[in-house]
Amino acid sequence: MNKPVLRVQDLAVTFTSYTGNLFQRRQRQLRAVDGINFELNPGETLGIVGESGSGKSTLARAILGLIAPGRGRVMWNGEELTGLDEEALRQKRKELQIVFQDPVASLDPRMTAGDIIAEPLWTFYPNMERLQVEERTRGMMKVVGLLPNQINRYPHEFSGGQCQRIGIARSLVLNPKLLICDEPVSALDVSIQAQIINLLKDLQNKLGLALIFIAHDLSVVRHISDRVMVMYMGQAMEVSDKTKLYRRPLHPYTNALMKSVPVPDPKLAAAARQDSWLTGDMPSPYRRPKGCIFHNRCPFRVKRCEADIPALRRMEDGDWVACHRAEELDLSIQVAASG
Amino acid sequence: MPLLSISNLEVEFETAEGVVKAVNGMTFDVFEGETLAIVGESGAGKSQLVLSFMGLLAENGSVSGEAKFRGEDLLQMKPRELNRIRGRHIAMIFQDPMTSLNPFLSIEKQMTEVVRHHQGLSREEARAHAVEMLRAVRIPDPEERIKQYPHEYSGGMRQRVMIAIGLLCAPELLIADEPSTALDVTVQAQITELVGELRKKTKMALVLITHDLAAVAEISDRIIVMYAGEAVETGTVDEIFYSPQHPYTRGLIASVPRLDRISDDELQAIPGNPPNLLELPIGCNFRDRCSEATEQCLERPPVWRATSGRTSRCFQGIEGGEIVNE
Repeated sequence: MNKPVLRVQDLAVTFTSYTGNLFQRRQRQLRAVDGINFELNPGETLGIVGESGSGKSTLARAILGLIAPGRGRVMWNGEELTGLDEEALRQKRKELQIVFQDPVASLDPRMTAGDIIAEPLWTFYPNMERLQVEERTRGMMKVVGLLPNQINRYPHEFSGGQCQRIGIARSLVLNPKLLICDEPVSALDVSIQAQIINLLKDLQNKLGLALIFIAHDLSVVRHISDRVMVMYMGQAMEVSDKTKLYRRPLHPYTNALMKSVPVPDPKLAAAARQDSWLTGDMPSPYRRPKGCIFHNRCPFRVKRCEADIPALRRMEDGDWVACHRAEELDLSIQVAASG
Repeated sequence: MPLLSISNLEVEFETAEGVVKAVNGMTFDVFEGETLAIVGESGAGKSQLVLSFMGLLAENGSVSGEAKFRGEDLLQMKPRELNRIRGRHIAMIFQDPMTSLNPFLSIEKQMTEVVRHHQGLSREEARAHAVEMLRAVRIPDPEERIKQYPHEYSGGMRQRVMIAIGLLCAPELLIADEPSTALDVTVQAQITELVGELRKKTKMALVLITHDLAAVAEISDRIIVMYAGEAVETGTVDEIFYSPQHPYTRGLIASVPRLDRISDDELQAIPGNPPNLLELPIGCNFRDRCSEATEQCLERPPVWRATSGRTSRCFQGIEGGEIVNE
C-alpha cells in the first residue's frame, strides 16, 4: 500500500461579511468549504468538479495555506501544514505548487517568459548561478513543449495555450511533489484543452507528481483523474473511482453534471436535452437549504431529504456518497463502446 | 431575399508590427428565422467579422466589402443611421455577462432605457414589457427582481438578463458572441435550451459565435468554420457533424471530450497553436497543424463547392463538387 502524501481532514473555510448600516451591523457567515476529507497518494490524480461557488478554488487555496482554514487539518507527508508559521509554509511551497485558471492574466505582461519561469528559482535559491538558472529554465520550457529560443519573448507574443504552458513550467521549476491545477483549461479553446491535459498527464507520469485537477466540467477531468470528487456548496457529494463514476454515478448531482456536458452530435444532443433535468441555480450560500443541500434541485427527493442531512458515507465498493437514496437509485449512463 | 448578406468582407488592423488581416474575404447570407453558427479558435476573426458590420471595430481597424441588411449596406451608414438599426433590428449579446451590465444601474433602468429610446414607450409600459421579457428568459419572481442590481444576480441569471435585453425590441437578427463560454456547463445547458425555445417561438434569425462545436450542435441550422480570417468549411449542421470535409473541422469535432463514449485513448487535440496573422504559413493557412498535409498544400488551396451548396477550402475537395475559385 502507498502511503498518502496528502491528507485533508475535516477542512472548512468560512468567510465573514457584514451587512446593514453603520448602526446595525449584521454579521453573515459564508461556509465556502464545509468539512472536506480526502487522501491523495503519490502519483495519483484527484479531479474536483463543481459549479461556480461550490468552493473548489477555496479548497485549493486552503490546502496550500493561501487562506487560513477555520477548522480541520492538512497533513503533508505526515506533517501538519495548518499550524505552520509563514516562513515554514513558504519553504513547504517548494513542494506544493498551483497553476491558475486564466493563463494570460496570471502572467506579468512586463516579464519575459524566461523571467516568469525562473522567478521561483531566484526567490528560493538567490545564490544560484545565472547560467544554471537559465539552463534549468530552458530545460523546463522544453519539458512543457515550448521552444527554448522563445525565452526572451513576452506573454502577449504567445497564444493562450502557450501561456498556460509557461504557467505550468513556472510551477514545475522547483520540482514540486504536488501540483494543484485550478481550472487550467477553462479559458482555452476546446481544440487546445486536450493538449494541456495530455501534457499534464505526461508530466505526472514522468515526474511522479500527485495532482489535484479542478474543473467545472466532468468531461474535462475524466481523462486525467484516478478518482473524482464532486462538490456542491462547499461539501463533497460524491468521491468515486473514475471508471465507476462515469458509468454509474451515485449522486443525482453527479448525474446532472454529466448530462449537461454538450455532445458534438446534433441528434444525440437533442436526445440528451430531453433527458436532462437540472433546473434552477445553486441557492444563495447564505440561505442553505435544510436537510440535503441539493434537495431543492433534485427530482429524486423524498420527504426525508428535506429534513435529514445525508452524511458522506462509504459504499460497499469503497466509493463515498452523500445521498439517502444512493442504493436504490440507478443512475447508469448510456455509453457507446469505442471512441 | 436574405436578411443579412455579407460579401467579400475584409477587416484590417494597423498595428506597430504591421497590418493584420483579421478577416479575409468572407461571403455568406443569413436568412430569416435561421440559426447560423460561426465556429473557430481564438484569433480566427469570428468576433471581428461581426463587430465590423455592427460598426464596433477598434480605432485602428478598417473594414471593406459589403454587409447588406434588408438591402441596405451597413458599412455605408452614418453612425446615426446605424444606431437606428442596432438594438432595434439587430441586437448583440457579448461574451462576458459580468462586464456587459452596468453595476451602478438597476436591471429595470438598463432594460427600460432600451425600449424607451427605440420604441418611445412610457415608463410604465417599458417596465411591464421588461418584466415580461425577464419572465420569458425564466428569471423567477421578475416583478421583484427587476428592481435589483447586477451583483445580486448569479452569472447565469445575468446572461439571461443580457438575452432579455437583446430581445426587448423583438429584433430580426440576434448575434450572440460566445454567450455561454464564461458560464458553468449546467448553466450553458440551460442557456442553450432557452435560446432554442425562443428561436422556435419567433422568426428571429440567430448568429452564434463559438469555439466549441458541441455547444451549437443542437441549435444550429448551418455552420461556418473559420480559420485565420477565412471560411474553411461551410454546410448544414448535419453535413458538418456527420461528414466533415475539411481536416480542421474534423479536428475540432474530435477534440471535444465526450462522456457518451468509453475511451481511454489519449485525448485528441489539434496540434500546435492558432497562427500568428502576421506570419501566416505559405500555401494553406492550416498546413503546419494538419496531419493530412502534402506537398500540394504549399500552394493556396482552392474552394470546392458541392451541389448542396456546402464548401470546403482544401485540396482534398468534396466528392461530386467543383472548384469555384482560383
